[in-house]
Amino acid sequence: MKKPLDAKSVWAPSNAFIPERDLDKTPILEARHLGIDFGGLTAVDDFNLTIGKTEIAGLIGPNGAGKTTVFNLLTKVYQPTRGTILLDGVDTHGMSTVQVNKLGIARTFQNIRLFNSLTVEENVKIGMHNSITYSSIEGILRMPRYWKYEKIAHERAMELLSIFNMEGMANAQAGSLPYGAQRRLEIVRALASNPSLLLLDEPAAGMNPSETAELMENIRHIRDLFHIAIILIEHDMNLVMGVCEGICVLNFGKVIAKGNPEQIQANPAVIEAYLGKKKEA
Amino acid sequence: MVFLSYLISGISLGSVYAMIALGYTMVYGIAKMLNFAHGDVIMVGGYVSLIAMTSWGLPVWAAVVVAMVACTVLGVVIEGLAYRPLRSAPSLAVLITAIGVSYFLQNSAQLIFSPNPKSYPVIINGSLSLFGGKLTISYISLVTFLVCVIIMIALTLFTSRSKMGKAMRAVSEDKGAAQLMGINVNRTISMTFAIGSALAAVAGVFLCSSYTTLMPTTGSMPGIKAFTAAVFGGIGSIPGAFLGGLLLGIIEAMAKAYISTNISNAIVFAVLIVVLLVRPAGLLGKYVPEKV
Amino acid sequence: MSKLKSIKKTTLVDFATYIGVIIAFIIVNTLKNDGALTRSFTGQLIPICCYVVMAISLNLTVGVLGELSLGHAGFMSVGAFSGIIAAMSLQTVIPSPVLRLIIAIIVGAFFAAIAGVIIGIPVLRLRGDYLAIVTLAFGEIIKEVINCLIVGVDSNGLHVIFNAFGSKSVSDLNLLEGGVMIIKGAQGATGVKAISTFTVGFILIMITLVIVLNLIRSRSGRAIMALRDNRIAAESVGINITKYKLMAFVISSALAGAAGALYGLNFSSLMSSKFNFNTSILILVYVVLGGLGNIWGSIISAVILTILPEALRGFEDYRMLIYAIVLILVMLATNSPQIKNLVEKIIPRRKKGEEADEEAA
Repeated sequence: MKKPLDAKSVWAPSNAFIPERDLDKTPILEARHLGIDFGGLTAVDDFNLTIGKTEIAGLIGPNGAGKTTVFNLLTKVYQPTRGTILLDGVDTHGMSTVQVNKLGIARTFQNIRLFNSLTVEENVKIGMHNSITYSSIEGILRMPRYWKYEKIAHERAMELLSIFNMEGMANAQAGSLPYGAQRRLEIVRALASNPSLLLLDEPAAGMNPSETAELMENIRHIRDLFHIAIILIEHDMNLVMGVCEGICVLNFGKVIAKGNPEQIQANPAVIEAYLGKKKEA
Repeated sequence: MVFLSYLISGISLGSVYAMIALGYTMVYGIAKMLNFAHGDVIMVGGYVSLIAMTSWGLPVWAAVVVAMVACTVLGVVIEGLAYRPLRSAPSLAVLITAIGVSYFLQNSAQLIFSPNPKSYPVIINGSLSLFGGKLTISYISLVTFLVCVIIMIALTLFTSRSKMGKAMRAVSEDKGAAQLMGINVNRTISMTFAIGSALAAVAGVFLCSSYTTLMPTTGSMPGIKAFTAAVFGGIGSIPGAFLGGLLLGIIEAMAKAYISTNISNAIVFAVLIVVLLVRPAGLLGKYVPEKV
Repeated sequence: MSKLKSIKKTTLVDFATYIGVIIAFIIVNTLKNDGALTRSFTGQLIPICCYVVMAISLNLTVGVLGELSLGHAGFMSVGAFSGIIAAMSLQTVIPSPVLRLIIAIIVGAFFAAIAGVIIGIPVLRLRGDYLAIVTLAFGEIIKEVINCLIVGVDSNGLHVIFNAFGSKSVSDLNLLEGGVMIIKGAQGATGVKAISTFTVGFILIMITLVIVLNLIRSRSGRAIMALRDNRIAAESVGINITKYKLMAFVISSALAGAAGALYGLNFSSLMSSKFNFNTSILILVYVVLGGLGNIWGSIISAVILTILPEALRGFEDYRMLIYAIVLILVMLATNSPQIKNLVEKIIPRRKKGEEADEEAA
């Protein structure tokens, strides 16, 4: 006799928190039972998450919980051992990083990865690689399309840089920028690839409180401007609680809590993960 | 029987490659640089041992010791003058400097010893006759192989057991961290060059003895092939260099015997390419993916 | 004034490079026509053009793509011999030597590009020094393979023998009466009509410059530089790594092949051992001394380093020794932090950050 399937294990849209405005739309991201093993070690297991079209979500957890690994799975830096990732309803199974980016996921990196020897503007233009295109021949022979699209690319790059007031730095070398500016440039570059889902890996790391406050405003501004979903990994709780509508907490590769900021702050499992077990008095 | 004799000459040739490759792999593993002047240190070893034997009338073993001392000094001096100032420079700058050193050694040798080939004595005569004379193994082949095995084992023990050897492995993993742990990085790298150059001297004696000639460019091609051998076996790995050298020698001997002398090098290099495509880090090398 | 400022610095550098090459050509060509140049220098002009193209094209692989290639001379070799075969086969059909030369250069570039694809597709998966060793191996393979070729042409067309076992000879080609031998195995190509001209060499440099500089300043060039600077980030913004690596590698090979054809048709005979490991290294030296990714630097260092050994002829035996010492000293002077600090103390330079701030203001 067949065991009745547990509805929860088949697929439960275990949403972090989908804001009301997104409720009737297809979620931009659905991760179902996602997992990966490295050798015998399970880094992430049974990860379920649904993100609304214009949601800002947070992914938090102690160091080594597997947060960046989740980003690497979503962007196919690693191919998942188990589970499914649907992006706007499309199964990304077997896709490469490049294909997933073309489909709409862009990201930043925990350890900043800019094109250091190139200028700020070139970094942003590289982000537009697949949105503003002309062939190599057209580029080498400088045919009309080259001039037309380079002009558009330049204007768009300036527009994107203006979100962070970075137009003035357009000709500076990316590697020579201060730390905070490098983090912001990574976000601009990711936005340049025209994503529908933006993954930010510790965007506030190394920023001072006023920069962080500004970043918080900017994250909201980006969402409102582009109508995209944003997931961020962050250790700065002020930022996470201030900007995220839904939060998902990871510990030892497993989801231990989901909900809105108030729910998460009151969740005993989360408190235990961060502060350790309360001693019974 | 014919096959066996080709195999033996391949092993003998391969042992020489392996000795040179061991030096390459040590320097690459620890200093992370392609020392293209290594082949020319072999040539210097050849000339020094030749002078020691013919002009000073020293016995073979003493000539080898003299050559080792001379090459060790040479290696340390090269490292100190040309490579040490470039420790933090891009690897290509160091590569070009190594090429400059290689040109320097070759042209100095040309000025001192003239570009004409000199004949080099066979250091060990006689051969072992097996199967009623059907198969002969020259003593020099045997000695070359044995010396190579001994060196390989000694180096493996040295790097895994001795304090200096452990320091070398630490420097090879992370120079900065090794320095913080109180390891003198410069001295460790010097030591590596000293060992590599001493090995080059030994290899030089065996190489010249099997070629029976010596000229300023003698070291170049074996140097390139030994480098290939080191990559073949997985660069940075001591048993890998040994295995790579032997295989390279055997493939070369077989290609010469059964296919063609005209394209034996092409075959050797083609095999290398195939091996690298199947195992991108060489036979015994470790492939470390980049962390995101 | 503001309009001048709006032109980018890179555009100005490119412009200056073109103008510099044109002016240099006009001056040298005038001097040459007036007979003011020594015979040995005039003889160097076409090789200099070839080495300049080689240096620019290798800079595309090493400087712009960021992959070390130690077998660039191999592509030059493919271009040289295929160019020679093309030029000699067409000798009766196309009487104009200039037209023949141009066709030979195109054929040379084409075959070198094919070699680039063949070696590139499997090899570009490798990284760093492993790629370097495979390109080195490729250069050696090409050398021996060409050593085994016996090629001749007659009214029936091209005859080719691959003499791997050393058993064949020229007579095995069975050429008809009036047939011409082109490549005789290890002896290489002999009896070649030298049809290369300095003007064509100059034009080839200009074409190379246009291709490489315009590529670097375009979408594809940016993609190539992006994957050099950070492969993982490049993938994350949707850049197809293999495609752009291969593109840079093949363009670089094709240009080397064009330079090879020009080089091969400058001499009456040519052996494949000319394009050995040392030649590859020589070109790499031009690129590194001129500065990685710096195109005009490659041009200048290729010119100076080709003339330098000739200029040192007076020192005869010592010239290569001096060359070696100069090479080591230049590398130490440009890369050693101690010496750099010393230089900066004497000549204080503005830091990059300050420049950026000023531009921002």
